[in-house]
Amino acid sequence: MVKALLGKKLGMTQIYTEAGVLVPVTVIQVGPCRVTQVRTLEADGYRAAQIGFDPKKPKRTNKPMMGHFARSSSQPMRLIKEVAIDDGAEIQTGQDLKVDIFGDQKFVDVIGTTKGKGFQGVMKRWGFGGGPETHGSTSHRRPGSIGAGSDPGHILKDKGMPGHMGDRRRTVRNLKVMRVDPEQNLLLLKGAVPGAKGSYVMVRKSAAVGIRGKGA
Amino acid sequence: MGVIQDIQKAQMKTELPEFKVGDQVDVGVQIVEGDKQRTQVFNGVVIARYGKGIAEKFKVRRIVQDEGVERTFPLHSPAVLWVKVKRQGSVRRAKLYYLRGRLGKASRIKEKFETKE
Repeated sequence: MVKALLGKKLGMTQIYTEAGVLVPVTVIQVGPCRVTQVRTLEADGYRAAQIGFDPKKPKRTNKPMMGHFARSSSQPMRLIKEVAIDDGAEIQTGQDLKVDIFGDQKFVDVIGTTKGKGFQGVMKRWGFGGGPETHGSTSHRRPGSIGAGSDPGHILKDKGMPGHMGDRRRTVRNLKVMRVDPEQNLLLLKGAVPGAKGSYVMVRKSAAVGIRGKGA
Repeated sequence: MGVIQDIQKAQMKTELPEFKVGDQVDVGVQIVEGDKQRTQVFNGVVIARYGKGIAEKFKVRRIVQDEGVERTFPLHSPAVLWVKVKRQGSVRRAKLYYLRGRLGKASRIKEKFETKE
């Protein structure tokens, strides 16, 4: 099987566990994803599946892409990504992949684009303390000193500075799978996921579980 | 659309126990100890109801050994089996947090009687 699928963040809510505990969950619509192309060792030097998600109108698709989708007898899709394949697994072009591949998965990773915050100062962006608000201070939300003098003679790399915040690709690892709904293509994960409602995410089988011995 | 609303609705109880702030209630809570299940009863006065939808909760206050004890129950939780009203209270406030500062006689609540049609 493939190691990841594409999806859309629908939003957050809460569900009760059997023990009656309220758990915050993110609802993600995962798939169905059509395999639009298969990368093979012979032809490409590596193994992967190219999958498409979220159908769009043929009218909104250009001719070269229409041709590409026709090869896998697929509707035109908004999002196309390559995902890794498990060793030894056979994937066919034109195959539809659904959420149920996560059915036996306890944890998954989610990759998404965080909400854009625009140009932000150092307090919001890096959590700096800022200066005093009162007692004659005028240095309210400023960064303060950004380094020493002629030694080292330059600003250290990665020094926290104001700038654009958010709208970056971020991975959240080991989110607990609370529910898999193959009928509605839904995946319910405990906790938050990067991005706004309606934004695309990639859901991946957790790599870290097992490697670090962190299971169950 | 409405997928999230459907998920919430599926979890919500269809028949809610009827009770109000100020009522003296017994709350049946399911307790799982190992593989055994039993029902524990928590008795007290409802001092608040808050939240909406799936997340609605209520607070019950009682005095145990001269010490105030408050428990918050999620209304739609499967662990909250039932709520029985022992005595209806007549109160003018939505939140009875003022009871926290009172003991004994001062913490009495007037009983509400059904008015004749």
